[in-house]
Amino acid sequence: MAREHDIAVIGGGLVGSALAYGLARLGRRVALLDEGDVAYRASRGNFGLVWVQGKGLGLAPYGGWTQRSVRRFPELAALLCEDAGVDVALEQPGGFHLCLSAAELAHRADQLARLVAQPGFERYAFDVVDRGALARRLPGIGPQVAGATYCRLDGHLNPLRLFRALHAAFLARGGSYRPNAKVEAIAREGGAFTVRTAAGRIEAGQVVLAAGLGNAPLAPQVGLRAAVRPQRGMVVVLERVRRFLDYPLSTLRQTDEGTVLIGDSQEEAGFDDTLSTAVLATLASRAVQVFPFLRNARVNRTWAALRVMSPDGFPIYEQSALAPGAFVVTCHSGVTLAAAHALDLAPRIADGDLGADLSAFTSERLNVQKAA
Amino acid sequence: MYKRLPDVAGTARAVDITIDGQVFAAREGDTVAAALLAAGYDACRTTPVTDAPRGPYCLMGVCFDCLAVIDGRPNQQTCLIPVRAGMRIERQQGAAAFGPGAAGAP
Amino acid sequence: MTLPQRCDVVVVGAGPAGLAAALECARAGAATVLLDEQAGPGGQIYRGITVTPMRKREVLGADYWHGATLVTALQGSAVDYVPGASVFAVTRADGGAFEVGVSCDGAAALLQAGQVILATGALERPFPVPGWTLPGVITAGAAQILMKSAGLVPEAPVVLAGTGPLLYLVAAQFARVGAAIDCLLDTTPSGRLGEVLPHAAAFLTSPYVAKGLALLREARASTRIVRGVERLEALGTGRLAAVRYAVGSRTTEIPARALLLHQGVVPNINLSNAIGCEHRWDDRGLCFTPVVDAWGATSVAGITVAGDGAGIAGAQAAEGRGTLAGLHALAALGRIGAAERDARAAGATAQVARWLRGRSFVDALYRPADAFRLPAGDTIVCRCEEITAQQVIATAKLGCPGPNQLKSFLRCGMGPCQGRLCGLTVTELIARERGVPPAEVGYYRLRFPVKPITLGELASLPQTSASTQAVVRMKAH
Repeated sequence: MAREHDIAVIGGGLVGSALAYGLARLGRRVALLDEGDVAYRASRGNFGLVWVQGKGLGLAPYGGWTQRSVRRFPELAALLCEDAGVDVALEQPGGFHLCLSAAELAHRADQLARLVAQPGFERYAFDVVDRGALARRLPGIGPQVAGATYCRLDGHLNPLRLFRALHAAFLARGGSYRPNAKVEAIAREGGAFTVRTAAGRIEAGQVVLAAGLGNAPLAPQVGLRAAVRPQRGMVVVLERVRRFLDYPLSTLRQTDEGTVLIGDSQEEAGFDDTLSTAVLATLASRAVQVFPFLRNARVNRTWAALRVMSPDGFPIYEQSALAPGAFVVTCHSGVTLAAAHALDLAPRIADGDLGADLSAFTSERLNVQKAA
Repeated sequence: MYKRLPDVAGTARAVDITIDGQVFAAREGDTVAAALLAAGYDACRTTPVTDAPRGPYCLMGVCFDCLAVIDGRPNQQTCLIPVRAGMRIERQQGAAAFGPGAAGAP
Repeated sequence: MTLPQRCDVVVVGAGPAGLAAALECARAGAATVLLDEQAGPGGQIYRGITVTPMRKREVLGADYWHGATLVTALQGSAVDYVPGASVFAVTRADGGAFEVGVSCDGAAALLQAGQVILATGALERPFPVPGWTLPGVITAGAAQILMKSAGLVPEAPVVLAGTGPLLYLVAAQFARVGAAIDCLLDTTPSGRLGEVLPHAAAFLTSPYVAKGLALLREARASTRIVRGVERLEALGTGRLAAVRYAVGSRTTEIPARALLLHQGVVPNINLSNAIGCEHRWDDRGLCFTPVVDAWGATSVAGITVAGDGAGIAGAQAAEGRGTLAGLHALAALGRIGAAERDARAAGATAQVARWLRGRSFVDALYRPADAFRLPAGDTIVCRCEEITAQQVIATAKLGCPGPNQLKSFLRCGMGPCQGRLCGLTVTELIARERGVPPAEVGYYRLRFPVKPITLGELASLPQTSASTQAVVRMKAH
């Protein structure tokens, strides 16, 4: 019996839709299974950074993987423009990580130095920028800003447009999108997978778990583990403001539409995505220290979203030995890694093998007890 | 284009305000939105998205179309703010401006 | 205005429901704070009642002036009334009390309360017709506010358009002051008899019948009414210049300087939504309302909704519901027992029932036509972000399950009005596209602040060591 789909991708967020698009581009018949309108959607909570600086302390290959994605991002942006007619407003002018005290700056500089010195780390250059030099690139910077680290590889884009573009491009390439199809069970029968959803059954030769926090209960069904937990982050969004900022900062960026996004908080709050006034106040007060003139700009909205966090914060890419053809893909940098997912990871999945060079990202590493 | 009902004209103090630099005698108790309409301005801004002209629509604080710059502060809901002597009102062009070089910056 | 740090009951909104609720609570000795963003009390229905220059009682009518009794009572009460106060958030503090975020005079503060009564009333249903964003186009309610509070009326030619009792009230009020209305374009769908007849008996024994007929008579006597209008367009470059309408196959264009739109009112649910109260789709009123019991209690303990914010029923019902919400809050605080609460509720319960009778008839009769709730083409749906009906429909066709996904795709609903003027339109467009009822599609999920506050105000709110730790982390990204 001819099967309708080659691959079922579970999860229509940034990770799932990037993979699905990449697979559809390769000519595979892909079903993208998604939940309903109100769900713990990390993808609606993205900041929009396409960021290299600072990543990979503790897992050198992550630095290289991130750089690979960032290098191929213009390629992804062009493809999305072609396939979806959507411009994701990718800008890669380099980015700053601001520090609000000399101690913070020293700590940051030291961290980055240790990061790039790791064995096997794909090195890149970064600058430690003092206040004086910073004030020229970021006019209006507040007196409490001590300095920053700058990396030429950093950038940002419009994450909601990226999300919309991936979905539209997926459809344009013949993909099949199934919303309101929350996955209840996955079974492997006769060399194929049967996925039982709230909207009926899907049969596919391969299945990719990209359901974020939903991966945890699903992974064991295909002989995999996805030890992910929610980590709450909040963002403050300001109204549209006439352009004042030409670079992304790690915790503040001005979007192509003129609105301003302010982050970034990390809390272990379980599955609670309600807002905390105190955290918002802290985010706001730091932003006012960075750009005092924003004090009179109005907060349009705020949101809290749940990051999908692995135990060490690094992605988990794994293929199942028990159920060949099943993969789990999870990370908390769905934006930055979108190009790698669509253009690099998707072909490996299509080939049925993630490859030895990505073995650092299996959950094997999480079993190793690291020496203190 | 709005006119004051004859019974009402002259029943309250006049309050001097400026709109885009021009002096107008507003009526004490009017909101800034009402004062703009009474002065003949049915558009108080242009939108940040397409530069389209907009004016007050709901007059009760829910539509956010009545935004203007008041005393240097942009994006003020004029239908919620009563006029005050010496108030400087400017029609807002596009997005609010903050930062070094913007008018009214701290 | 200085805000107290804590109280027993916070009432949000000083319309009839809020006034009644606050008075009930203060009368029983509860420390009650009444917050309202307008400069004076009365909400929208009794807008400007303390300062209106329209002193001749027959102009605004007896119904309006009834509000004066509530305001007089407020002035003689122990209610701590704070005008110019915009509530932007209601969260829970540690320890279970509510923290109400208030912005007053450009400064934000938190007010702790044991009980919160939301009386934020209603707003006009969106009326998305081509050109509705042109300067010169305002709501009929807005025109009424301008007249009530400033004695201002639009210059001729003035066109009134839509459906619903407020339309006729405005026509009558304008006629009473000699302000010309060029014509009233009535979009009430014809051929409704079958739908409204079942409700007619209730209507005929309700307080609405006498008022309604008198109002219609007055409106008809003073204004040219065109019935059965099926299409409407506001025309002009840079501002309104003309109105084009169609009755059957006949299209007419008339010059206009002002177009006053109205097709009913819907509950203002932004605060109850952001708080996380459960809402339901009301198919009779074609809107979302919070799920409440007879006292107005929502699915969130300690949050009560009173007045039109719980479901459109008019000012008199709102007053009754306000009293009931106040009694409920008092009982929840332990200030009165259940028996006393029930005894004191009798009058208000009867009042609410009286004013609810006949509502279904009014709702059925003035149910806005599909064409005016489901726009097409270039008609703007989201005024803030300038998203068109065409864009919404195309995105819905992509398989968007609901308005939140659509919001993230299009920015529709992300502007400062937070969906107040587009939410219902979006829900209904998606529902039609998917072929499911609006109840299944749902509404935008709203977050604080429900009214904008400045970054500086937000920064001034209290932080904790936990919040600092959550943000200031000296670690690599």
